[in-house]
Amino acid sequence: MSMTRREFLEVLAVAAASGMALDSRQALAGEVPKNFYELPKFGNVSFMHFTDCHAQLLPVYFREPNVNIGVGAALGKAPHLVGEHFLKAYGIKPGSLEAHAFTYLDFTAAAKIYGKVGGFAHLATLIKNVRAQRPGALLLDSGDTWQGSGTALWTNGADMVGAQKMLGVNVMAPHWEFTLGAERVKEIVEKDFKGSVDFVAQNVKTVDFGDQVFKPYVIKVMNKVPVAIIGQAFPYTPVANPRYFTPDWTFGIQDDNMQKMVDEARAKGAKVVVVLSHNGLDVDLKMATRVTGVDVIFGGHTHDAVPQAVPVKNAKGVTLVTNAGSNGKYLGVMDLDVRNGKVQGYKYRLLPVFANLIEPDRAMADYIKKVRLPYEAKLNEKLAISEDLLYRRGNFNGTFDQIIVDALMEVKGSDMAFSPGFRWGTSLLPGEPITMERLLDQTSITYPATTLNEMTGQQIRDVMEDVCDNLFNPDPYYQQGGDMVRVGGLQYTCDPNQKMGKRISNMVLRGKAVDANKKYLVAGWASVQEGVTGTPIWDVVAEYLRSVKVVKKLKVNQPTLVGMNKNQGIASY
Amino acid sequence: MNAKRRTFLKSAGAASTVAVAVAAGLIKPTSVMAAEWNKPAFDAKGMPDALKALGSVGAADSKDILIKAPDIAENGAVVPVEVTSKIAGTSSIVVMVEKNANPLTADFNLMNGAEGYVSTRIKMGQTSNVRVVVKAGAKSYTAVKEVKVTIGGCGG
Repeated sequence: MSMTRREFLEVLAVAAASGMALDSRQALAGEVPKNFYELPKFGNVSFMHFTDCHAQLLPVYFREPNVNIGVGAALGKAPHLVGEHFLKAYGIKPGSLEAHAFTYLDFTAAAKIYGKVGGFAHLATLIKNVRAQRPGALLLDSGDTWQGSGTALWTNGADMVGAQKMLGVNVMAPHWEFTLGAERVKEIVEKDFKGSVDFVAQNVKTVDFGDQVFKPYVIKVMNKVPVAIIGQAFPYTPVANPRYFTPDWTFGIQDDNMQKMVDEARAKGAKVVVVLSHNGLDVDLKMATRVTGVDVIFGGHTHDAVPQAVPVKNAKGVTLVTNAGSNGKYLGVMDLDVRNGKVQGYKYRLLPVFANLIEPDRAMADYIKKVRLPYEAKLNEKLAISEDLLYRRGNFNGTFDQIIVDALMEVKGSDMAFSPGFRWGTSLLPGEPITMERLLDQTSITYPATTLNEMTGQQIRDVMEDVCDNLFNPDPYYQQGGDMVRVGGLQYTCDPNQKMGKRISNMVLRGKAVDANKKYLVAGWASVQEGVTGTPIWDVVAEYLRSVKVVKKLKVNQPTLVGMNKNQGIASY
Repeated sequence: MNAKRRTFLKSAGAASTVAVAVAAGLIKPTSVMAAEWNKPAFDAKGMPDALKALGSVGAADSKDILIKAPDIAENGAVVPVEVTSKIAGTSSIVVMVEKNANPLTADFNLMNGAEGYVSTRIKMGQTSNVRVVVKAGAKSYTAVKEVKVTIGGCGG
């Protein structure tokens, strides 16, 4: 795909003619870089990278966050920059195609102009074109690929496994994959992926003897250069997700074993060593200071779309750290110039995948059509119309999460509701129907049971403090990479700079201060405990939406924040 | 191969770890028994009393004690902890969980120049520092590592 400026304008013209709300003056203002998808060849070793597609086979809307706060050493640095701060840091012109891709600014208006993002058929075309210029380029997937859609849930990940193989994924690392259960993961790795995709994870070991469960790394050869790709699974899988899915395996960050693997790969002749990581960007940035000998970390998990690689110094050199966003919205392309046995230079681009600008790959489009066919009717059920822009991503709450907590409180008859701070989930423009498919984008997990529990004010506070520390602990190794638990009904104040136990205050329910000793009815879902039963969350929310019919402008319940006035990770709050 | 080893050891019984350690001469049989059981130290509530009972008040911080434990515990009921002491003449390695009701969790006595290495699993009620105290000669040394115990859930 090498779309010229002229061709792009033609696409826009067609879009306008077909009735899209298109502000042509803005679109024609010249903010589309010339030859947007043309990447001049550089160097001799190339990687393509995507992450956290969350099983989105078709193009979607995805709004980047307006709240992505960094504390401690992360203050004011990528990825903890939003809106104007982000544009400034990366020299992106306001109102441009890239400004729309990387920030939340004017999201609805811009999304109407530029259209949906991602989609495996579009990704496939882009990958083919990049590969055509770079024969042998490796395609890396940082995981969260087998979860996030209705079809992935219903096919037990099979739709995505097929799509990965067609896309030509060479190596992948895991996280949500494990929520399909250890046996299913093993089955895919040993049967479906045999001879095609390498599933690598240096930090997954057996609980009893500490034996490696998967290959820690693979060595591939590109342009006669031996290249090692070391896998890093999400270190806190059995903490953030139910441990009973992988009872015999232990995870963790395991820097020392990572160093061992790097040294081993180098000893075996690897001239380039990269880590395919699901740590999350802040953890990767710290790991890059501690582990030496890694050229590039290709990261995911925190869904941060960072347009440039971050060079991190350590005792023996520099490691480049990248993170490639989510939902199939981006493809990272890293070209390395490897000479005299080492990396001499690099070029990195994080390409937003605009579906309207890329011809879909026919074979992949047909495949997607085929895997969806048995489920189309169910997916397309229109549950309600939304008058508001719906999204999830953001540290404290999103409009779609507000619907979820509203539904939980309404259907369960509770005082308040908790909804997990997942970072996946697509966006919907005002006026779009909320279909079952869009609802499943926000809820499709293998532990969907809803719950109704009595909790004391103290217990509620403890839960909130605990989750808040997973987000704002100044040491990234103690963070889990999710967002704050979404809270319905309860107002509170949050001071991210405080220590654990001191961040949450002023808890108020229906105008009254929450009593530490009093019991409250709390609805929730996605418990990590074993044996929890209850109506799946999508049924609860679907029931609510069918009765509401039209979702009006939502009042998003977010905490009052303390000490964030100058933080560049928050805007329009 | 691994599966076989696993099955064999499972059938061999849970006590095997101690038995192997005793057989290898790492732990004196009596030290496993009550004879050298430091009751006041194990019963002590709070760090000051526990350290006092161990005779390790004022232990010096040491970079020669390496504690390997998870940053966030996968299960607070069984947190794996490995301690390596590079201090010459290490005669005992003590593991304490500062915020447990009874902080002293394990006390290993090493005989005849045994390697200063122990691996165990400890129980933690909440996020806490895990403190290791090593005795060598007449002196005590210490190092610390925080282990977070979380309710879990809500991961990205």
